[in-house]
Amino acid sequence: MPGLDDLYREIILDHYRSPRNRGELAPPAVRAEGHNPLCGDEIQVYLDVVDGVVNDIKITGSGCSISLSSASMMSQAVKGKKIADVKALVNRFRSMMGLDIADAESDTDVLSIDDDTEVAAPEVKLGDLEALQGVVKFPVRIKCATLAWITLTQAMAEVPNA
Amino acid sequence: MGLDGALVRKDFPIFERFIDGAPIVYLDSANTSQKPRQVIDAMTSFIENSYAPINRSAYRLAGEATDAFEAARSKVARFINARSSDEVVFTKNATESLNLLAYSWGRANLNAGDVVVLTHLEHHANIVPWHMLQAERGIVLRWVPLTADGQLDLTDLAALLTDAKVFSFTAMSNVLGTITPVQQLCEAAHAAGAIAIVDGCQYVPHNVTDVQAWGADFLAFSSHKMCGPTGIGVLWGREQLLDAMPPFLGGGNMIADVRLDGFTTAPLPAKFEAGTPAIIETIGLGAAVDYLSNLGMANVREHEMQLGSYAMSALTKRYGNDISIHGPSDIAVRGATLSFAFAGIHPHDLSQVLDQRNVCVRAGHHCAKPLMRLLGVSATARASFYIYNDESDADALVDALAGASDIFGF
Ligand SMILES: Cc1ncc(COP(=O)(O)O)c(C=O)c1O
Repeated sequence: MPGLDDLYREIILDHYRSPRNRGELAPPAVRAEGHNPLCGDEIQVYLDVVDGVVNDIKITGSGCSISLSSASMMSQAVKGKKIADVKALVNRFRSMMGLDIADAESDTDVLSIDDDTEVAAPEVKLGDLEALQGVVKFPVRIKCATLAWITLTQAMAEVPNA
Repeated sequence: MGLDGALVRKDFPIFERFIDGAPIVYLDSANTSQKPRQVIDAMTSFIENSYAPINRSAYRLAGEATDAFEAARSKVARFINARSSDEVVFTKNATESLNLLAYSWGRANLNAGDVVVLTHLEHHANIVPWHMLQAERGIVLRWVPLTADGQLDLTDLAALLTDAKVFSFTAMSNVLGTITPVQQLCEAAHAAGAIAIVDGCQYVPHNVTDVQAWGADFLAFSSHKMCGPTGIGVLWGREQLLDAMPPFLGGGNMIADVRLDGFTTAPLPAKFEAGTPAIIETIGLGAAVDYLSNLGMANVREHEMQLGSYAMSALTKRYGNDISIHGPSDIAVRGATLSFAFAGIHPHDLSQVLDQRNVCVRAGHHCAKPLMRLLGVSATARASFYIYNDESDADALVDALAGASDIFGF
């Protein structure tokens, strides 16, 4: 079995212990909620989009180190980004998790972006999120890592004329 | 007398398997149990020597298969001290047994405003079928609350049961390990004019079960948690009640006669066994009952009381306030199923770290979300012990938890 160092990288533990962008946002920010029925994790993503740009994002909920750190890093990565770039990032993250487009179409559980955004553009930088790469070696944890991203995708779909 | 877990373990081929060069410490038997050689062999031998349809054909092989199938029914009946094997209905699992009751007994007997009493300990299998009936019929659900240590709080039981038609409760919680006072609960149900349905899914594999001593009306349990295969479960019911119920699924085997304008039902238990049953699995369940009976269920219970106490005190001794074990601390009212919170570390992470040492525990909501809400958690880690575990498994759990505190720190 791959070592736990691959999974619990220092940066992941740091985001777990001190999650960024915790809290709620009032409307007109949109809110989406995600559940992992397997383990009971739940997350709420609040997304404030102004002129096609993520003006602010906040996260509440409870979960394991992988789901909470993924949410925290995600919030940092998307804040200030254009929605189009966020979608590219989601795709890039999805491919890092080993989920390709075919999966997305066959399984509504996994991340799927419903428009034709360029997929997995390699130039999209993941930054800290690269630390989650080790999750792929622990297949049962992939759903933990993707929960926040699925919820973010739902939130983006809620944004009026995004 | 108890049991020697290490000796029992030798009957289970899976424990010959090594993962990453080390043996498996299986502490997830509340989820599903491992299978002994005796059960595997009984199923294999049946397939190789005696397999044929049951109840349908006149040739000798089919007669043999039918006899083996019915022998398994008799074994189950004796195992729970049913009055007759006609009271033993084979289903797919406990979930199907409970759904059968809610559907068949429930739809025949419950209407808008009728009260069904459940408890805060219940598994989703004993909640959702009643929710479905609530949506369809407008029945009213009431819930027996818990004491601080996770036992049923029976203070207001009589009031809760007033005018109730059904009291359906678990004999042992799959989360807290709590063993409920089944006989007392059955008496209370009857005093109020309600029927008593016992979810024995966690209790039957670990204790002596006597449905007559309980005075129960129905009992549901699954084979796969008691050393038998998946795909087969049991609904026991008092003959009079089963007789009065309409059938559940319609089809072959459950009929006496079918005409263009209707059908008549077969007598018990066939009436509730539509279609070709899980023949091979039923043979396996029969072998599992033999296996457990040979060990002796009183010994099983004693073994688990010793092991549960040992594990609880070893965990507390090593980790003090960093560990909190949910549910009663008195082993007399609980089984060796231990849900715990450890140093604020999420159960999923705990289970991951324990897996590194081949220690298999369940992390999650255990299909008991209302109970999780009551405990104020979204999930727990749960170590559940069975006949093939011994103190070395408890020690392995205790040691492996240190790995979690190393990573997540406290
Ligand atoms: C108390 C209890 N009831 C019912 C069930 C449902 O059993 P099955 O999934 O075998 O139908 C379980 C299984 O976890 C259980 O623990």
